[in-house]
Amino acid sequence: MSRMVPQGIVKRRTGIPGFDLISEGGLPAARATLIAGTAGSAKTIFAAQFLVSGIVNDDEAGVFVSFEDRVEDIRANMLSFGWDIAAWEKRKKWVFVDAAPDPEEPTAVVGGFDLSALLARIERAVKQSGATRVSLDSLNALFVQFAEHPLLRAELFRITTTLKRLGVTVLFTAERLDDYGEVTRHGVEEFVADNVVILRNLLQNERRRRTIEILKLRGASHERGEYPFTITSRDGIVVIPLSGIELTQSSSTKRVTSGIKRLDEMCGGGFFRDSITLVSGATGTGKTLLVTQFMAGGFKAGERCVLFAFEESKDQLFRNAAAWGYDFATMETDGRLLVVNRYPHAMAMEDHLVQMQQVIADFKPNRVAVDSLSALERVSSIRSFREFVIALTSYLKKHEMVGLFTSTTPNLLGGGSVTEKHISTLTDSIILLRYVEAYGDMLRSINVLKMRGSVHDGSLRQYSIDGRGMHIGEPFRHVQGILSGEPHLDDDGSRDDV
Amino acid sequence: MHELRLKLFIAGDSPRARDAAANLARACERLADGPALIETVDILMDPDAADEFRVLTTPTVVRVSPTPRRRVTGDLRDITQVLAALDLHLLSPP
Repeated sequence: MSRMVPQGIVKRRTGIPGFDLISEGGLPAARATLIAGTAGSAKTIFAAQFLVSGIVNDDEAGVFVSFEDRVEDIRANMLSFGWDIAAWEKRKKWVFVDAAPDPEEPTAVVGGFDLSALLARIERAVKQSGATRVSLDSLNALFVQFAEHPLLRAELFRITTTLKRLGVTVLFTAERLDDYGEVTRHGVEEFVADNVVILRNLLQNERRRRTIEILKLRGASHERGEYPFTITSRDGIVVIPLSGIELTQSSSTKRVTSGIKRLDEMCGGGFFRDSITLVSGATGTGKTLLVTQFMAGGFKAGERCVLFAFEESKDQLFRNAAAWGYDFATMETDGRLLVVNRYPHAMAMEDHLVQMQQVIADFKPNRVAVDSLSALERVSSIRSFREFVIALTSYLKKHEMVGLFTSTTPNLLGGGSVTEKHISTLTDSIILLRYVEAYGDMLRSINVLKMRGSVHDGSLRQYSIDGRGMHIGEPFRHVQGILSGEPHLDDDGSRDDV
Repeated sequence: MHELRLKLFIAGDSPRARDAAANLARACERLADGPALIETVDILMDPDAADEFRVLTTPTVVRVSPTPRRRVTGDLRDITQVLAALDLHLLSPP
């Protein structure tokens, strides 16, 4: 007697960065997956990248069936990602089935027909190349060309069934009218697809935001919800797998210097090697100085350091550093410091993230500073910003890098910025730089508000800035209410010795 | 040499393929365009031809000459429509 044995679904990795994480391994092998999206949602790129990955990563051939674009156009368009389809065609790794209608030669329909010719062509391409992956892009062109939609659905079902029986993993694309609504215009999904993936291209806060959602992966588990993605000329589609990445707390017990000896002491011996610290302060409190010393301290200890600057130009940063006695230019020439200057407005948050990750992956630093997060926050939605911080934070932690981010508080006295509200729980440590109005002077205070996993000095200390950097002094003992922005003296009124 | 050349693409021997062949032969019996040379291509035997003529559906008739090409798909049950699609004309009734 035969018995049903539950079998795990084997998945075929797509090679699309991030997608294999949210799909927990890729697309189910020998199944059909529908990629649905509005016009311009990158369906064709997804369909092509699926084949590219098979060729590049697994040396598996693929068949691309084009119902819409001319194959010459696809070759030319995909070359912008460095995908040389023509070269793969010569090696029989990539085979086109040109199924686009010829506008000069429309097909009239008289009586019943089927798609046997299409199926025969795809089957032959699969058998000749030994392909394991087939992309069909996009079904809509077929539905526009022929009005016999029930017949098309039945035939597409026959095609997928045949291909699945050949062990081929099938990917269809189809167009949707709205980013939120019916899965596809022609209801193909129920007939042809075991799995449905939705691509969206939304306009939010006057910025494009692309997301991907796995709607169903029949019989297999996957992450739920929408994930942002971007398209880069280097990797094609790059998905940012937010919940796939876990926000681990710093696990290293190894400490590295903050670049300031007294601050290291306040932190119980320095920052943890894989921890992220947020420095919050009003303008002029010395955030950029702290970043400068953080970079210089790492450099001096033999580390590789990257600074992402979103507020000041490189010239200005180098001039400031020189004024405090740090020679960034020489450090860069030496090859262990990299200062990357970007305009926050230049691109969407997802693109910033992916480009920063690429810089980090290439340079392989030990420490990374971002000055400032607030500059980025001003140009994004709260959601995009939070996702950006989560993704960057976990990326740094995963690669055991120590991070320092700055955030600008809107008020000179007191503190609390929108930035902090959104990300304070995401960082391991928070350092506050605050102005204190006392004794008729404007003084500055530094405080390690939070430091995960470590004993630290929680006192508010006075500090000064001069031509050699930041000097941290003794705690304020007689001033209260600094953090609330309303400092006042103790009853005894004696002046702190600083 | 025939001036009017038609290719009938079928996928194996099926009732629909036979219907289409019979209907096409009937449609071409008394053409003003002259006698037609009809070549039947089984795409299961010759998939290259399906690629070359970019055929998706079967049965499909392509008028190869004279150009421009014309094409019609289906079992060709309505001869008037078939002739219109292929831009062919019957001889006037005697």
